[in-house]
Amino acid sequence: MTTQRQRHWVAFKTLLTREIRRFIRIWPQTLLPPAITMTLYFVIFGNLIGSRIGQMSGFNYIEYIAPGIIMMSVINNAYANVASSFFSAKFQSHIEELLVSPIPNYLILAGYVAGGAARGLLVGLIVTVVSLFFTTLPIQHIFITLSMVVLSATMFALGGFINAIYAKSFDEIAIIPTFILTPLTYLGGIFYSIDLLPDFWQQASLFNPILYMVNAFRYGMLGVSDIPISFAFSIIVLCIIGLSGFALHLLNKGTGIRH
Amino acid sequence: MKALSLQHLTKVFNSGLKALDGISLDVEQGDFFALLGPNGAGKSTTIGIITSLITKTTGNITIFGINLDTHPEQAKSYLGLVPQEFNFNGFEQVKHILITQAGYYGMSSREAEPRADELLHQLGLWDKRNTPSRALSGGMKRRLMIARALVHNPKLLILDEPTAGVDIELRRSMWAFLQKINAQGTTIILTTHYLEEAENLCRNIAIIDKGAIIENTNMKSLLNRLHKEVFVLDLKVPHTETIIVDKMNITQIDQTTIEVEIQKGQSLNTLFASLSSQNIEVTSMKNKANRLEELFLSLVDKTEATA
Repeated sequence: MTTQRQRHWVAFKTLLTREIRRFIRIWPQTLLPPAITMTLYFVIFGNLIGSRIGQMSGFNYIEYIAPGIIMMSVINNAYANVASSFFSAKFQSHIEELLVSPIPNYLILAGYVAGGAARGLLVGLIVTVVSLFFTTLPIQHIFITLSMVVLSATMFALGGFINAIYAKSFDEIAIIPTFILTPLTYLGGIFYSIDLLPDFWQQASLFNPILYMVNAFRYGMLGVSDIPISFAFSIIVLCIIGLSGFALHLLNKGTGIRH
Repeated sequence: MKALSLQHLTKVFNSGLKALDGISLDVEQGDFFALLGPNGAGKSTTIGIITSLITKTTGNITIFGINLDTHPEQAKSYLGLVPQEFNFNGFEQVKHILITQAGYYGMSSREAEPRADELLHQLGLWDKRNTPSRALSGGMKRRLMIARALVHNPKLLILDEPTAGVDIELRRSMWAFLQKINAQGTTIILTTHYLEEAENLCRNIAIIDKGAIIENTNMKSLLNRLHKEVFVLDLKVPHTETIIVDKMNITQIDQTTIEVEIQKGQSLNTLFASLSSQNIEVTSMKNKANRLEELFLSLVDKTEATA
């Protein structure tokens, strides 16, 4: 006789395994493009342009931008995975397999988010390996580095989930990444220190959650950051709690999935 | 014990459409139950609410005595659903679909593997176990949906138009399979447009129209309500003269075919005795229309008239 906890664990593992199997099956769409794109970033911004920029916060430019580029690939992929997987499940109606089953809503959310975070982390690992062909990555604080990358992947996987719940077409899956996520990423201190910005834009940048992720991750690797690390962790943990609560509320209400 | 009990179930969609108007219904354990109704009557809405795909407006649902609102996990674990439309991931392999579905019900892959293999054999899908579901034929997809609904051994199986668009050979084999699992103890609720299917398979029946139950009885007593039946008779030798049988209405279709209207209480022996006395030999005989179809139309027509 299996206990409820065992059944829940099996259900969670099943959903996570299905999600991982999905993005591995379509690896030319999910794992290969970020490896190629990030290689180009390292070649162009790191080697060609970076060598003329000189040092930033005491590091070569390519060394300075490497953590941000890794983080960018993690958050983009964590978001995209959940957004496209959950929306496809709605679109093809196989979300009904889950809705009919006794799996509780919080496990549906956990399974999709863990699947998205898994893709984000795998892509992050691939990009890290790619970056080692161009620069060295001295990891100063391993715990901060790992915990920040996991928290960031989780937060953006949650964002992708909420996007997919509301989306009614594939276009609506693309709108948020294109018009919100990409600008926030590029303005999130990946390629520069916010010390270089005028005061107004420095203050405006503090409203961008990606700035905290990139800086905390960079601090873990290089030991330098534009913002206090404990504040960065607090902001991200609060965002995760808020987004989880909201996503669960939408699932319980049946928004976008139940009539 | 009641396998399913619906009490005062109401559904009003956001558009204002009242799809269900306080329906109540009981299905006993072990039953093979038909839920019939014209298009848009509320069958699929009812099934959607029972299976948690649609949110009810008011009412209560218990599945094997367990309230779906207060103990959803336990109540849902008893249910298996074969929906009307194909709804699996077209890129997933057939066996993965079954094992994944079992996993959602908490079955480990060690438990799910043999069960999936058994169902793949029983439903003739074993050779396709590693094929992506999108590459299956329509009939195979129907069978896969039945296998998926049964993989966790549900006590109550709900089939929403399971044989729609299926050829007669496959339909018959699906009927045989459903009768077998019903005999083994699975309670089955079926919606269908093929009234012959309901008449052949189901013991009890509810007819729903405009969101209300207009009939809920057993199949035998419903069929007993037929006041007349029309039979088509094929004659061995062409006959040109008018055929007359006392108190029976006979229509001559052509020289070798006649239609006979038999009122409730009249004996077929009288008909054959009269035909024999006129030296008319009959080679075959069949109902002009499905008996349940006649009743269904008369019941639905009656609600149209009173609306």
